[in-house]
Amino acid sequence: MEKEKIIQLIDVSKKYDDTLVVENFNLYINKGEFVTFLGPSGCGKTTTLRMIAGFEMPTSGKILLNNQDITHLPPHKRPINTVFQRYALFPHLDVYDNIAFGLKLKKVPHEKKKNKMRHLTSAEIDEKVTNALKIVDLEEFENRDISTLSGGQQQRVAIARAIVNEPEILLLDEPLGALDLKMRKDMQFELKEMHKKLGITFIYVTHDQEEALTMSDTIVVMNDGMIQQIGTPSDIYNEPANAFVADFIGESNIYTGTIISENKVRFLNHTFECVDKFEKNEKVDVVVRPEDIKLIRKDRGMVKGTLISKVFKGVHYEYVMMIGKNEVVIQSTHDYAINKEMGIIIEPDLIHIMHKEFTCNVYEGYINKNNQVCFANGEFDCDVTQLYPHSRLDEDGYLIDEKGQSHDLVDVDVKVQVEFNDIEITDNAEDGVVEGDIIQILYKGDHYQVIIRTEDEDDFVVDTEYTYNENDHVGIKIAKEKIKLTLKSEGNKHEKV
Amino acid sequence: MVKKIFAKIYIGLILLIMYAPILLLVVYSFNHAQYINLNQPFGRLTGSLYIDLFKNEEIMTALLNTVLIAISSAIVSTILGTLGAIGIFYSRKRVKKTMSALNQIPVLNAEIVTALSLTILFVSLKSIGVQFSFFTLLIGHVVLTVPFVVLSVIPKLQQMDVNIYEAALDLGATPSKALKKVILPEILPGIFSGFMLSITLSLDDYIITAFTKSDSFTTLSTYVYGVTAKGPLPAELRALTTLIFVGILIGLLIYNFIMAKRAKKNERRTRKA
Repeated sequence: MEKEKIIQLIDVSKKYDDTLVVENFNLYINKGEFVTFLGPSGCGKTTTLRMIAGFEMPTSGKILLNNQDITHLPPHKRPINTVFQRYALFPHLDVYDNIAFGLKLKKVPHEKKKNKMRHLTSAEIDEKVTNALKIVDLEEFENRDISTLSGGQQQRVAIARAIVNEPEILLLDEPLGALDLKMRKDMQFELKEMHKKLGITFIYVTHDQEEALTMSDTIVVMNDGMIQQIGTPSDIYNEPANAFVADFIGESNIYTGTIISENKVRFLNHTFECVDKFEKNEKVDVVVRPEDIKLIRKDRGMVKGTLISKVFKGVHYEYVMMIGKNEVVIQSTHDYAINKEMGIIIEPDLIHIMHKEFTCNVYEGYINKNNQVCFANGEFDCDVTQLYPHSRLDEDGYLIDEKGQSHDLVDVDVKVQVEFNDIEITDNAEDGVVEGDIIQILYKGDHYQVIIRTEDEDDFVVDTEYTYNENDHVGIKIAKEKIKLTLKSEGNKHEKV
Repeated sequence: MVKKIFAKIYIGLILLIMYAPILLLVVYSFNHAQYINLNQPFGRLTGSLYIDLFKNEEIMTALLNTVLIAISSAIVSTILGTLGAIGIFYSRKRVKKTMSALNQIPVLNAEIVTALSLTILFVSLKSIGVQFSFFTLLIGHVVLTVPFVVLSVIPKLQQMDVNIYEAALDLGATPSKALKKVILPEILPGIFSGFMLSITLSLDDYIITAFTKSDSFTTLSTYVYGVTAKGPLPAELRALTTLIFVGILIGLLIYNFIMAKRAKKNERRTRKA
């Protein structure tokens, strides 16, 4: 049977002032699916949900419900209901009236008079409310005041209030965020059961990867306003599309590797067999899950290293092995002594290789009158003589090339390239040439890859050995000789008088 | 011990200073003498001032006018102020800040400035037929009280769950229905206290009233000023002020009683849960 698309988001973008919160979002959801938007806070998942509910209008793009354009339809006209993060129950109404709120406003076609609409009778409302209370397991709570309910009970009322209207889509905005762990587990199960029983399409927003993996049919991983990957939980876990997804979902070892030849990739100082096909010599991200690495006697392993730590985790032990300068996290059910040399084996199909998102920082900049290069709203000292071979600067700051010709470099457009490990992070933001916030951190075996975003949304990708936290405000410095400049066009020729 | 005694004496002294004049008034409202003179014997205990009070047509009209202007201006202010508060609350940050600041100015501003500027405005509009009347007085009192209504409603909006308006829309309410069914019931206590505050401010007011009323219209405050300018205070006023004081006292007691009862009920309910 052909699956029906219930909702489609086409090229949807949302801008607040000048910040893009959601960028070119393209997604369709099939009828009856349980879809989860998963991502760290601030990734745009809640904004996307609010656009589907109608509380926010997209800056551009279209939203279709059953192939009808609903982009500009106000929320009260959409057959979509929401369970809010902090429940948003009406405190002046009791449980019954909270749940009946939507029903009392609803109009249905009149059975006898054609083209007439009527309100639901109180008997009809009564039946539906009782039924909804039964679904959320809150029978006999009708007359309770909202303020007398526990968090979990309020959550159930919020769910009942939404599903009682029989919406086509139920939106859930981190509904379990405020509950304790035990209650959250129970509610996850109950929500999943409810989804099966009701047959309503669920769109669920969470930052909890485990919640997403257990509950969803489809997961949409988001970061920085963009979809990173769409897939079933097992797709997302086993075949992460990029290093971000691999890092966000489950535990993983991420390394930078090089493709040696077809089906061969080199990382951890060893050439491993692999199944993915990439171009020779390409620098790639390599992801290996801790449970996919087999520990073995050192003479039988592909690579050997020393176990430096062991933590018992109930079902398995978690080991950290040092291979050269790289850390490798390994899960095993066997008990091994630490500080012992051992070997590891990784099967070819358990090595996940993906294209690197970035290989070098590239900016467009220009030279100012002090022969500094300006980009990302900062003025960096640089060596401008690299723009012309064998050139030198004269005492007035003009560049003299090898033929003795003089160039005025002011306002010359240049392409700026900086390697990841050539950028220095300063803890004191004011010490840097530009300041920014850390928006992403990935651990890559022997170093962290950090993305720092400036206020003007320029990104610096930096490799560093030091540990930072997300949202740290830091400064950026780059050594003069590490800034690579190339001309975008010929510099203004300057004739010396 | 000595410290405790001093503390008690201190408190007693302050209460005495606060309440002695009112007490004197209440006591002498049952005495027929034209003037209060503590050197003379109290004389006969009588309720005749109360009878005179209700016979004094001037005072009765002034009283009626005062109540009339207080209630009508409070109604208008409550409506305007509540809508204004909701508007300010749901505005964008910059508008919100500006509007809140603009709302503060009349509260802090000297009343005489408001009164004078209103008078000048009304006089300058004379050419298009504006005359000092009940209507101008109403405008004056509304101007006086609206900012206070806004100030008492906004905290209630801030206490409200930010999502409940959206929740109402989500459940099929139009924006105006959501306002009526969800926002208004939530902020009702704020609206009520704004209304009561307006009434009190309006009842008390002299300066704006004197500047914006028509000549023939008297309220209690302008009446008292009027008669004191000409001669002695009519003795009936002692009875009137006693009645006002007692009325407010009873109102306050009832309010506290209801509040205490409600608090107890809530407590019991939560404990049961």
